[in-house]
Order: sequence, then structure tokens, then C-alpha cells
Amino acid sequence: MARFIIRRTMWMFLVLLVVSAVTFILEHSVPGGPFDQEKALPPEIIANLNERYHLDEPLPQQYIRFLNDVLVPHLSTIPPGNSLQDSAVFNIKISDGRWLKWMNFGPSYASRSRTVNDIIRDQLPISAQLGVFALLVAMVVGMPLGILAGLRQNSVWDYLGMGVAVFGVSVPVIVLGPTLVWIFGVSLKWLPTNGWGAQPPYLLGFLPRELDANFIKHAAMPSVALGLGSSAIIARLTRASLLQVVREDYIRTARAKGLVERIVILRHAMKNSLIPVVTILGPLFAALVTGTFVTELIFGIPGMGKYFVTSITNRDYPVIMGTILLYAMFLVVANLAVDIVYAWLDPRIRYS
Amino acid sequence: MATQADVFEAGREPEFNEEARKGQSLWVDSYRRLIRNRAAVIGGALVIILVLMAIFAPLIAPKSFSEQVLTDNNKVPEWMFSIFPSMKGYANVSSDYLIGADYVGRDLLSRIIYGARVSLAVAFVGPIISMLVGVTYGSISGYFGGRLDDLMMRVVDVMYAFPSLLFIILLMAFFRSTLAKPDPGSFSYMLSDIDTKMGGMFFIFIGIGVTAWQNMARLTRGQVLSVREKEYVEAAHAIGARNYRVMTKHILPNIIGPLVVAETLAIPSYILTEAFLSFIGLGVNPPTPSWGAMISDGSRVVRSYPNQALFPAIALAITMFAFNFLGDGLRDALDPRLRGTR
Repeated sequence: MARFIIRRTMWMFLVLLVVSAVTFILEHSVPGGPFDQEKALPPEIIANLNERYHLDEPLPQQYIRFLNDVLVPHLSTIPPGNSLQDSAVFNIKISDGRWLKWMNFGPSYASRSRTVNDIIRDQLPISAQLGVFALLVAMVVGMPLGILAGLRQNSVWDYLGMGVAVFGVSVPVIVLGPTLVWIFGVSLKWLPTNGWGAQPPYLLGFLPRELDANFIKHAAMPSVALGLGSSAIIARLTRASLLQVVREDYIRTARAKGLVERIVILRHAMKNSLIPVVTILGPLFAALVTGTFVTELIFGIPGMGKYFVTSITNRDYPVIMGTILLYAMFLVVANLAVDIVYAWLDPRIRYS
Repeated sequence: MATQADVFEAGREPEFNEEARKGQSLWVDSYRRLIRNRAAVIGGALVIILVLMAIFAPLIAPKSFSEQVLTDNNKVPEWMFSIFPSMKGYANVSSDYLIGADYVGRDLLSRIIYGARVSLAVAFVGPIISMLVGVTYGSISGYFGGRLDDLMMRVVDVMYAFPSLLFIILLMAFFRSTLAKPDPGSFSYMLSDIDTKMGGMFFIFIGIGVTAWQNMARLTRGQVLSVREKEYVEAAHAIGARNYRVMTKHILPNIIGPLVVAETLAIPSYILTEAFLSFIGLGVNPPTPSWGAMISDGSRVVRSYPNQALFPAIALAITMFAFNFLGDGLRDALDPRLRGTR
């Protein structure tokens, strides 16, 4: 198992390296540069800006510079948080006035007073909260519906559950979002239609400290809008998997030896039927992660979402690279986590 | 799988249908199962209606989709007040527009009708591109196996790690850069010329094509691996058939069923990708109407003119329902494991 995790982690780094290279090539082959404006700047100024941000160097050299900034730790005498050029994710104090800095993703070209690290630090927790709560909605709605539908096949519950499932996959965020805004925000005036209800500092870096009414009011609609589609997928899969499991021999054995039905279902059927559901959590997480940014646009949430689109239209190379790498990292880590949980849930699976 | 148990659980004798004893082709059989599935029939009928609507849009649409009457902006018909009473008091009334006009005075209904063209074009072209690329890639990988297979699948793995929506956005920005225009005569000029003539759909097709084939490739590879060692493939090799022939004449026809089903089930996701792209402004070029772009425009004014967001949203939802129902029905009808059951 340890060997499997080590090998997968190394593979993960390789994947991220390839992703960064592809992103680098793509972003630089898009015509136009970060300093293009409606009213063109004088060429001398552009040349100066390019020199300042090392954009006048040949592309391979720029890529190596990027890798060097991100991967290689370096000593610095500038205190953390004070420099646009020398901001790093990890700042380790060695002695007075000397820091070991690691992972510098560079400054943002579009908002000149912030670095990629600043943007991620301020905006990511909000997106992460949205994603976590949407995942909670997906599981809290999806699993019970799927279990009920599976246990009472062809009953009202089954039809209800599968109705919700079809509804969930057919009504995407961009349909559900404005509809919810209109119903609960505009007509009933129950919930606010934009903004977010949590402020830093966060618990564990991203969770809101308290779930007060303000937070729940702001988070309710976006989480439901984003999570419902995933809950449909979870419900379908739970149902299908439960239907398959209850026909297995070990369930018959459990019943035959006189176990109470509740124990048969809870201990024998459910645990095994959750295995396929766990595998889908990886891709589901990916869908939620990319879904957050449309949800944020609809509900006016100040998360990472805005930066996906604006960084690309602004040719803000460091921010493009930062956001894409960040989300690619989420995806590969989520998939690794899924594989590990998978082996833990099903002892028959052994990685070598 | 446990179909036998199903029958016994219901306490019925297994029924032997006289017709079922006769030889039936897979397709006739599937078709019969499909039309017995009410949801699938409704879905199919809706798809046909949508296709007709898209084809005959110029005949159905009451007005032009692009003509702006700026003095009519945000006008709504009288009956709208009974659904959205909050609009009474500030909305201008005009009976010219059946479900209202948008923020520059274009007829919403006509735009929704024309918008079906984009969504349906994606619904049909998306699977074709994804099949062409994915099946070719997957069959080569699965058929030749070994190192080549390893290499090709690692490429797919890396593609998986790319957040696909971000990748499409990056590609879209790459394709239609706003500030730079390519020189006439160059290849990229030709491409953007095609794109302009198609109202911006061409690049969406390419974007979907680039990102959507991995699933198909994996599935195809798995299917090829499962039939590669079968006797009929060996027989084909034995009589001296070349690789290309074995792949296209012997392997492909035997694995195409599940691939078609998977592609049908993926159609809603293509429609969604286009809607998302248009929603964030990287989809079709204005004034070509797309439901995603209309929802985006509408959701900006959803507090004052909810009709502008809700009607295109309903159109998109109906289309998604239709394809989901049809896809589910097709899967149930074509899934060989369910053959001979209801």
C-alpha cells in the first residue's frame, strides 16, 4: 500500500508537470499579451513591462524560470507578505531577517497589487466552502434517496427517488440558479441573492468558524443549485449498487442465520453498496470544482470562479497557471484519495 | 443478472412469449423495448419536435432573432403579469412579443426557437467527433496493446487530470482572441472564417472534440481488450486479414452497441458544455442566439425581468430531459443483459 501511494504521488507530480507545460504552451500561443488594452500603450512602456516580468526572454527560459520559482526553495531577506516579486506559499523563518521561501507563483499582471498566492489565499476558501457544502447536499440528498429507492424497489419511494435523479441531471446549475434566485430571492424574499456570509480567519484554513444564520442564508441556494446534479448521480448509483448487493449470497446467509433485518441492511448491505459510490466521488468532486465557478457567477459569490475566465481573457499568465495547476492538483489528489478509501472499504482490493 | 429472481419475487410464473421464441434481430428487439418505455418515447418525441423546430426555425419564429428594436427593450405582454405580478408597475407592455423582448428589444421567443439550432447541433456533432477520435484512439490502443497501449493510456490519464472546462475555456480564448486578428490567407484565418460563418459553433465543436474523447477512448479500449482474444478474431487473423480489416470488420461491429449507448448518455453533457461556454461569454458569437447566453443575459436582470432568464432556462431543461429520457431508454433497450426481460 505504501509503495502504491508513493508511486501514485510521483505519477501525480509528473501529471502536474505535464499540465503546467501544456498550459504554458497554450497560454503563450494565444495571440495578444497581458498588457494589450483598447487604447494601446506606447511600445516603450510595453517593452519595459515585458522586461520587468521577464516576458522578453525566450519561452523555454521563461518556463524554466517558472519551474525554478515554484519548485526550488530559496533564501530571502524580504519578510513574507511584503513583496510582489518574492511572495511564496511556504515561508520558513531561519533566523532574524532570513526566510526560506518555497513555491512562488508570481505576481498577477491584471491586479498589480496582488500575487497569485494572495488571490488563492483570499478566494479559494470561499470556493472550497461552496464545494464542500454542495458535496454535503449531494450526499445528504442523494444517499438516503438512493437507499430508499433501492430497498423499496418499484415503490413510491423508488419512483420519487428516480424522479429526483432525472430532475437533477436534467436541470443544470445555470437553469436551477436563476430559478432559485427568482423564487426564493425575488418573489419570497427569504434569501439574499448575492454575496457570501463567512469572513476569515477560517477553521483549518477554509471552514467557516461558526455556522450562523447569515452564513447558512447565503450558502443555502448556491449549495443546493450546485449539489443537486451530483445528488442525482449519487442516488442512481446507490440504488443500482444496493439492488445488486441485496441479491448477493452473503445477504442471504445473514438473513438465514436469523439476523435482524436492520443489521442485515446496515452492516452487510450498505457498507458494500457504498463502494461504487466512493469511486464516483472523485469525478463528482471534479464536476463540483468546475461547477463552482458558474455558481459563483450566478450568485455573486467572491470566490475563485471569476479568476478562471478573467485571467484567461486578460492573458494574466501567472494567474492562469496558478488556477489551472490548483484545480488539476485537486483532481489528482481526489482521485488518489478515492483509490485509498476504495482499498480500505473493500479488503479484496489490493494495490501492488 | 438476477432477472429470474425478479420474476419469482413477484410471485408470477415466468411468461413465455410466443414471439420471443422466433429469431429476432437485436435491433428489432431493442426497438420494441424502446417504444414500450413511455419516458423514452416522450423523450424521443420531444427530440424530434426540437429538431423540427431547429430546422424550420425561420418558418416558426414570429420575428427575426437579431433585429433590435431599442424602443421595445424589456417589453412584456399583458399575460406575463399574472405569472410575475412583481413586474406590474414598471414593465412596459407590448402585445407584439409573445413572451417578451430582451434588453435590446429582440423577440425572446424567436431567439429561443433559433437557439435550438446551436444546442441540437452540439447534441449531434459532439458525439460524432468524440466517437471518431475516441473510438479510433481506443481501438488502436487496445488492439496493439503493449508499450503503445501504456503510452496512449498515460496520455489519456494526463488529459483526465486537466480540468476539462478550464481546458475548453483556454482553448476558446486561444481560438478567438479578442484583440488580435490573424492575417488573411493564413490557416488560422481560414479557421476563424469558417467559425464566423457558422456563428461561432465551429470552435465549440473543436473544443468539445478535444476534451470529450477520453471517456470514449477508455471505454473502447476496454471493449476491444474483451473481444481481442475471441475465436472469431483469431479466425480472421488466420485467414490472413490485415489489422485494419480485423479492427473495422470484426471487432468494431461487436463492440459498437455499448459505445453508442455511452455516447447517447453523454449528449446532455455536450449540450451543457455549450450552454456553460455561452453563459460565460465564450460560446457562440452574438447575435447568434444560444440558450446559455440568453440565460446569462437574463440572470443579470432576473430581479426585474424574470421572464428573460426563465424561458430559455425552461427550453434548456426540456431539451436536457428529452435527451436524458431517450438516453436512458436506449440504454435499457440495447443493454444485452436485459434482453428477453421487460
